[in-house]
Amino acid sequence: MARIVYRYGDGTTRAVERATPASVMRAAVEAGIPGIVGECGGQTMCATCHVYVADGYLDRLPDIGDDEEEMLGCTASPRDEVRSRLSCQIVVGSGLDEIEVEVPETQI
Amino acid sequence: MRVVIVGAGAAGVQLADSLRAGGHQGPVVLLGAETALPYQRPPLSKDYLLGREDAPPPLRGETFYADHGVELRRGRTVTGIDLGHRHAVLHDGERVPYDNLVLATGARNRTLDIPGAGLSGVVALRTLADADLLRGHLAKAGRVVVLGAGFVGLEIAAAARLLGVETVVFEAADRPMARVASPPVSEFVTRAHAGTGVELRCGTSVVEIVGSSGAVAAVRTDRGELLETDLVVVGVGATPRDELARRTGLPVENGVRVDERFRAGAPGVWAIGDCASFPDLHTGRRTRLESVQNASAQARTLARTLLGDDTRHDEVPWFWSNQGQVRLQIAGVRQAGDRALPLGDPAGGAFSVLSFRQERLVAVESVNRPRDHVWARRALAGGTSPRLEEVAVELGL
Repeated sequence: MARIVYRYGDGTTRAVERATPASVMRAAVEAGIPGIVGECGGQTMCATCHVYVADGYLDRLPDIGDDEEEMLGCTASPRDEVRSRLSCQIVVGSGLDEIEVEVPETQI
Repeated sequence: MRVVIVGAGAAGVQLADSLRAGGHQGPVVLLGAETALPYQRPPLSKDYLLGREDAPPPLRGETFYADHGVELRRGRTVTGIDLGHRHAVLHDGERVPYDNLVLATGARNRTLDIPGAGLSGVVALRTLADADLLRGHLAKAGRVVVLGAGFVGLEIAAAARLLGVETVVFEAADRPMARVASPPVSEFVTRAHAGTGVELRCGTSVVEIVGSSGAVAAVRTDRGELLETDLVVVGVGATPRDELARRTGLPVENGVRVDERFRAGAPGVWAIGDCASFPDLHTGRRTRLESVQNASAQARTLARTLLGDDTRHDEVPWFWSNQGQVRLQIAGVRQAGDRALPLGDPAGGAFSVLSFRQERLVAVESVNRPRDHVWARRALAGGTSPRLEEVAVELGL
């Protein structure tokens, strides 16, 4: 069982547990987690699934791909050079069993 | 205030979401003709068709609707509007009262009016059911003939090649995606598909689908050629689902005719998304867009309007298409006759085309260059349209 914690600016959190592999974006959308849009469905086309990855998990993630790198230039909330990722590119349940991300103020 | 939304696609679902997010307290009823949990359509011609996903991603999780007090009613078709009583009338006669009724009915595939169009093995793609049918056919097809080289036709062609199916695409126009793309992008896409073995025949129409025992056996072209095939995919565009408006006597003009606030011509009736024709902020011309982004963006704007905030809709439209190794992203809407300036080198597989109208930037198509797309969305944001010389200085053209 993989576990994702979504943290908000006001300090509240929402946790999702997944029995099957899924991206952090897809898991959020399916569980009705607010603040993650994923308008393009995970094609790295829209940058509306932006998250800030919590310390302690960054080095366990795959490298940022070229498309993700460029699309991170159009996030609605400011990019953090270290912690910003597109959550459609982070998969839990295959190698990564837990992660905590901060949901930005806005995605649009 | 009771809001009834007709259509549970990208526009309808986003509207329900934005109404709640904006603090709307009254009832929200979301009526969808399909029985599946509302889902994202774009993957149907991409990952879902390839079998990389068991189900298309839902637009929202199953619990979203109950959690947010959205009454989602699936398998419910609205067949009439009683403007006097403010009722939506369903197929079984049920009346659903509204204060505000939002038409988010989307589009339907244009059909071909040629002999054999009704044969088994002639399919089109819009719904999940269509995708399942197409997947089944592709699994056993030796060759597929795709009619129409637009986004969907070419996405299906790319998927068919990845599945090892021989693929021939017929396009009546002289180049692929002629309606939305500039000539350099069409040229690049033509070469890219040729590289994966798609046979793209532009300037050629199929005039007949030839059957054998009720199933597709071949297509006949306007040049008299007969090409054997067991599967024909029709991707010749879409028409707005505006019949409800038409039947109700609301103004229709290539879709439900709305004003700049999405008002559809009767008190409390609105229309957004693929089904709505609206006055374009830049050109003033009536326009209708078929895209996820347009559907969601109009839904967000209308939600604000319904909640009493009089904001103008000025989001720059953007589109995307994944065709094998081609990642195409478009910001803005170009027209035939716009001046096209290339940025980067198509031979290198990554470039953009900037389109100018009267020396002002109106659209940017990016092939495998997300960075330019990101720039374009910012440059065109909020209804701005930078001048050619400003763009030239900024980009070093």
